[in-house]
Amino acid sequence: MLIQIAWKNIWRNKLRSLVVILAVAIGLLSGAFLMSFSYGINQERSRNIIETKISHVQIHQPEFRLEQKANALIAEGGQATTDLLQRPEVKAVASRLLVNGMFSTTKGANGVQINGIDPEQEALVTKLPERVTHGTYFEGKKRNPILIGESLAEKIGLQRVDEAGNVSYNLRKRVVLTFQIPGGETQAAQFRIVGTFKSLNSKVDETQVYVKRSDLAALMGTGEKVHEIALILEDQEISEDSTFLQSVQATHPDLMVENWKDLAPDLKLVDESFAVSLTIFMSIIMLALLFGIVNTMFMAILERTRELGMLMSIGMNRIQVFLMIMLETIFLTLVGAPIGILTALGLISYFGNVGIDISAFAEGGAAMGVASTAYTYLEPNAYMVITVMVFITALIASIFPARRALKLNPAEAVRAI
Amino acid sequence: MNVIETRQLHKIYKGAVDVHAVNGVDLQIRQGEFTAIVGPSGSGKTTLLNIIGGLDQPTSGEVMVGGASIHTLKPNELIDFRLNNIGFVFQAYNLIPVLTAKENVEFIMLLQKRARSERDARVQELMEAVGLTDKLNNRPSQLSGGQQQRVAVARALASKPKFVLADEPTANLDSLSTSNLLDIMARLNEKENMTFVFSTHDQRVIDRARRVITLEDGQIVRDVRKEIEAVG
Repeated sequence: MLIQIAWKNIWRNKLRSLVVILAVAIGLLSGAFLMSFSYGINQERSRNIIETKISHVQIHQPEFRLEQKANALIAEGGQATTDLLQRPEVKAVASRLLVNGMFSTTKGANGVQINGIDPEQEALVTKLPERVTHGTYFEGKKRNPILIGESLAEKIGLQRVDEAGNVSYNLRKRVVLTFQIPGGETQAAQFRIVGTFKSLNSKVDETQVYVKRSDLAALMGTGEKVHEIALILEDQEISEDSTFLQSVQATHPDLMVENWKDLAPDLKLVDESFAVSLTIFMSIIMLALLFGIVNTMFMAILERTRELGMLMSIGMNRIQVFLMIMLETIFLTLVGAPIGILTALGLISYFGNVGIDISAFAEGGAAMGVASTAYTYLEPNAYMVITVMVFITALIASIFPARRALKLNPAEAVRAI
Repeated sequence: MNVIETRQLHKIYKGAVDVHAVNGVDLQIRQGEFTAIVGPSGSGKTTLLNIIGGLDQPTSGEVMVGGASIHTLKPNELIDFRLNNIGFVFQAYNLIPVLTAKENVEFIMLLQKRARSERDARVQELMEAVGLTDKLNNRPSQLSGGQQQRVAVARALASKPKFVLADEPTANLDSLSTSNLLDIMARLNEKENMTFVFSTHDQRVIDRARRVITLEDGQIVRDVRKEIEAVG
């Protein structure tokens, strides 16, 4: 009986109820969509950084990881790589020599990190060839080839723009890399630019250069030793499971085995704080909606003072009056909720597939590793969190009007104008 | 047997100037009486009805319904008491606008948790009594003022109360509707021996009442039974 009356009551003033219902729906839709947009950008950024730079898991000598000591090398890097590839969870492995150095040309110098890579391994782990924009990816038999980022190429004056606006690079240029070898001496060598690459992060493009590991190893005298072994796993979630990490650690007890969350704490922080962000963001929206709903219900009670007085006069008890007003408020809120959530679900799924073009902000985004297309996404449990929050909001919003109704004096209310 | 009895009933509204709305009212109303309480505005008619109906508390004195005092009841007991013993008819009809005429009459029986079959039979019986069987599924907005007040009378009787309190029930009705309503209530009074107590200014109601109690300044100044001469 109360449910039936409460449901009918919310449709008394259709326009007013629809405004509240729409406010709830739009509030939820915009909140969920904005969160999915933000989450999608962050997911994409994390994925890009993992796939193009840090991988799922990395292995280092502790002294290299913590102090960047050039002589902190993993002995028998080749064998370790082969062993790791035998594991069913491992999809690809790349071993690297890493050294900080100076990149010099006749036009100036730039501090860089020199990545000595195995081109074939790297292609599987960081998909570096896909990011080559000009020239080649270590093809041919040129001596000491080097791949540099577009930003660096531009900085050292390799970029040419013709009258039609086409960009090209002078790729025959020779550059000198100067760096310290494990023995502590400084080594300098000439390299020839064979290509440029462009990643989603302009900082990376300016500070990272790639050479063949064999070339760098010959100059450094490190043989088969490497500084870093990077792993791409069959599934990112494996890297978040301590079982796999412990298993690898057991095989290499002297090395540091870390997953992407340890390697990039900023990504971990954003990833783990997303649920908190969602709750705070949606709470603000819910608070605004709560005021609107309470105000609407107060108006409804004011208009129905005489009727409520009559109901209390003829024998409707306080609990029934309280419940009726609570149910009205809850219905009013909950009718809007599925509209908002389902619309959000549809839009998030759609834009999760086709993406939203944010190339207008590409320049700023590139500095943070953000792609020019954002794919919206929300974790399934985020919808659950939103639903629970709506329900809590409805309950809180319902208490105030229901309490107000209880304070009516039936004898006075029944004669109210 | 007295259905309603008041003993030295007083009601004082405190304020800058205290208002003695009911001032020592002693009243007995017997089963089946058709009583009008009349008097000028501010004479205490509505206050007296509110106290008798358990909607207001007296400052002092006692109200007995069916021989039992009601001012000792706790608030929740008082609500149950009203539900099961008193039918209310209000000046402004006060039907629930989102319910049909049938649902409005049935509503009070739902509060009493009566069985569906009993509710259906009682609704049919009462809607026939007030001549609105063709309006069962109409909402209040689809009924005239007179028809709404007839539904309100049916609702008041649906709970099978001991008596019906009607506060200015004809104030918003035209002559024809008033006449129809009074006919219906008089018929129910005779047929079901239902006790009706009205507060009214309306001469048409006063003319039909079999007992007329006149209040002035919260005191009964006249009590006339038409079949029997003045008793007060």
